[in-house]
Amino acid sequence: MAQNPIQSAATTRNQHVVAVSRQRTDTWVRHVFFVITILPIGLIAVVLIGLLYRSWPILSRYPFTDLLFGIDWKPSEGRFGFYSFIVGTVWVTVVGVGLAIPPCILVAIYLAEYAGARTRLLAKPILDVLAAIPPVVYGVWGLLAVVPLVETMIGPWSQRLLGFWGLFAVQQPTGFSVLAGGIVLAIMITPLIIAVVFEIFNTVPVDLRNASLAVGATRWETIRRVLLPQVMPGIIAAIVLGASRAFGETIAVLMVVGNIAQVPHSLFDAAYPLPALIANNYGDMMSIPLYDAALLCAALILLVIILLFNIMATIVLKRFVK
Amino acid sequence: MRRQPWNRRHLIERIMQIAMIGSLVIVALCLGAILWTIIVRGLPSLTWQMISQAPKGGFYMGKAGGVLNAILGSLYLATGATALAIVFALPIALYLQTYLATSGWAQLVRLALDVLWGIPSIVYGAFGFTLMIVLGVRASLLAGIIVLALVELPIMTRAMDEVIRRLPRDLAQAALALGSTKLEVALRVIIPQTLPGIVTAVLLAFGRGIGDAAAVLFTAGYTDRIPTSLMRPTASLPLAVFFQLGTPYPEVRERGYASALILTIIVLVVSFGSRWLAARLQRYTVK
Repeated sequence: MAQNPIQSAATTRNQHVVAVSRQRTDTWVRHVFFVITILPIGLIAVVLIGLLYRSWPILSRYPFTDLLFGIDWKPSEGRFGFYSFIVGTVWVTVVGVGLAIPPCILVAIYLAEYAGARTRLLAKPILDVLAAIPPVVYGVWGLLAVVPLVETMIGPWSQRLLGFWGLFAVQQPTGFSVLAGGIVLAIMITPLIIAVVFEIFNTVPVDLRNASLAVGATRWETIRRVLLPQVMPGIIAAIVLGASRAFGETIAVLMVVGNIAQVPHSLFDAAYPLPALIANNYGDMMSIPLYDAALLCAALILLVIILLFNIMATIVLKRFVK
Repeated sequence: MRRQPWNRRHLIERIMQIAMIGSLVIVALCLGAILWTIIVRGLPSLTWQMISQAPKGGFYMGKAGGVLNAILGSLYLATGATALAIVFALPIALYLQTYLATSGWAQLVRLALDVLWGIPSIVYGAFGFTLMIVLGVRASLLAGIIVLALVELPIMTRAMDEVIRRLPRDLAQAALALGSTKLEVALRVIIPQTLPGIVTAVLLAFGRGIGDAAAVLFTAGYTDRIPTSLMRPTASLPLAVFFQLGTPYPEVRERGYASALILTIIVLVVSFGSRWLAARLQRYTVK
C-alpha cells in the first residue's frame, strides 16, 4: 500500500517535535535535580559556617585551648570552660559503647552466620522496634527503671565488692549517673551497630567460609580466624558510628545523667554532657553576654567531632559495600 | 560414624554459641523491659480525657486536661516535615540512581547524606534557632517543620537510594531501549516499581521525626493551645513528656508516662503500618 508522502512527512515532523520537547523536559529536569542533589553538601557547609560565625565572639575572645581545657563554667562571670562537659560526654559515650559492643557483635555474628531464616525473621522486628522507639521514651524508661536499679542494686553492690577502686566507688548515690546514661545509650545504639556489623559479615564471600570449614575448622574458629580479620575495619567503623550516635544523643541522656557540671571520677558520679548543656540552657540565655556564643561553640565542638567520626567510618565502610 | 570426643575446640564452639544466643535474648529482654515499663506505668493515667482535651488551667499542677495539643502538634510537625523532606529526597534519590549512578559526584553526595544523618538533632535545633534569631523569626510550627525536615531528609533519601539501587536494571534498560528519556524511566518505571520501598522510607522518616525532641525544643516552642497557624508556636509529644516529667507533682508525672505511652503507640503503629502497607503495595509491582 502506497503511503501519502505529504502526510508521512508531517507525522515524522510531529514526532520530531514531540521528541525534542521530551528531550527538553528531560534536560530541564536534570538541571533542577542536580541543584537539589548538591544541596546536602551545601547544607553541611552552611551549618558549619553558621555555627562558626555565631560562636566567633567567644572563639576570638578566649584562646581555644582555654575553652577546651578550662574547668570553670561560670557564664555570669564570663568564664566558659568546656572541659567538664567534654569529659562528661566522653565518659557517657565510652560506657555506652563499651556495654553495647560485646552483645551487639555476638548478636550480629549469630544472625549472619548461625541463625536460620526463622530466627532472623523473629529478630528483625525486635531490632526495628528498638530503633523506632523515640529517645524521650528511652529517657522515661531510664528514669523509671535504670536509675532506681543503679541506685538500689548496682551501686551498693559495686561499692561493697569494688569500692576500693575509684572507678566503681559510689560517692553520689542518687542513681543519676554516668552508668545510667551509658546503659540507656547502649540499648539505643544496639540496633544500629548490629545492622552495620551484620551487613559487613554478609559481604564476605561464602567460599572463604567453605574453605575453612573444609579443612576441619569449627564454625567459631572460622569466624575467629578467617572472617574476623577480614571484617575488623568494618566492625571498628560500626563502633565509631555507634559512638558518634551516642555522642550527640540529647534528651534520653539528659534525663538520667544528673546534669552536674563536674568531671566524673566514678561510674556512679553524675555528669553533664555537651548536648544536655545546650538543651538545658539554650533559648533563655540572652541576658548574659557571650552565653549564646558559648552554647553555639559547644554545638560546634559536638558537630566537628561527629563529622570526623562519621567521615572516617563511612569511608571505611564504603570499601565493604562495593 | 564414631562420635568425636569432646575436646577444647568443640567446647569453645559451644560456649560461643551459648554466648551469642544469650546476647540475643538479652537484647530481646531489654526491649521487653522497656515496653513493659512504659505500658505498666503509662496505662493507669491513660484516660480518654488525656487524648481528647488540651491542657486546662492548672494542668501542670495536676488539674484537668489532656495532651491533645501535643498529639496534634506532633502530627502536624511530623507530617509537614515529612512532606517537605519528600520534595527534596525523591529528586535526590532519583538523580543519584538514574543520572549519576556510581560516579564521583554520587559518592560525594552519599557521603554528605551519611554525614548529615549522623549530625545530632540538637545541632540542627541550635543551628535553626540561631538562624531564626538572625532572621528575626519567632518559634513556630513552620520553623519546627523546616528543622525537622532537615533531620528527616538524610534518613529518607538514603533509604530511598537503597531501594532504588536494589531494583534490577533490566526494566529500566528496556524502557531506555524503547526511547524513553531518563526522566520518563524515573517517573514511569522506577517510582512505580519501588513504591513499597519508597513508602517504607517515608514512614521511617516520619517515625523518626515524630519522636524527635531536640530539634523542636527551640524551634517549635511550646503552647497549651491546639495549633491553628503555621506562624504560631506548637506543642509536641516528646516535649510534653519531658516537661510533665520535670514537674514536682506526682499526678502530672503519671500523665507524663501516659504521654510517653501514647507516643510509643503512635511510633509502633507507624512502624508496623509501614511494613503492612509495603507488603500490600508489593502486589502492584512487576516481578
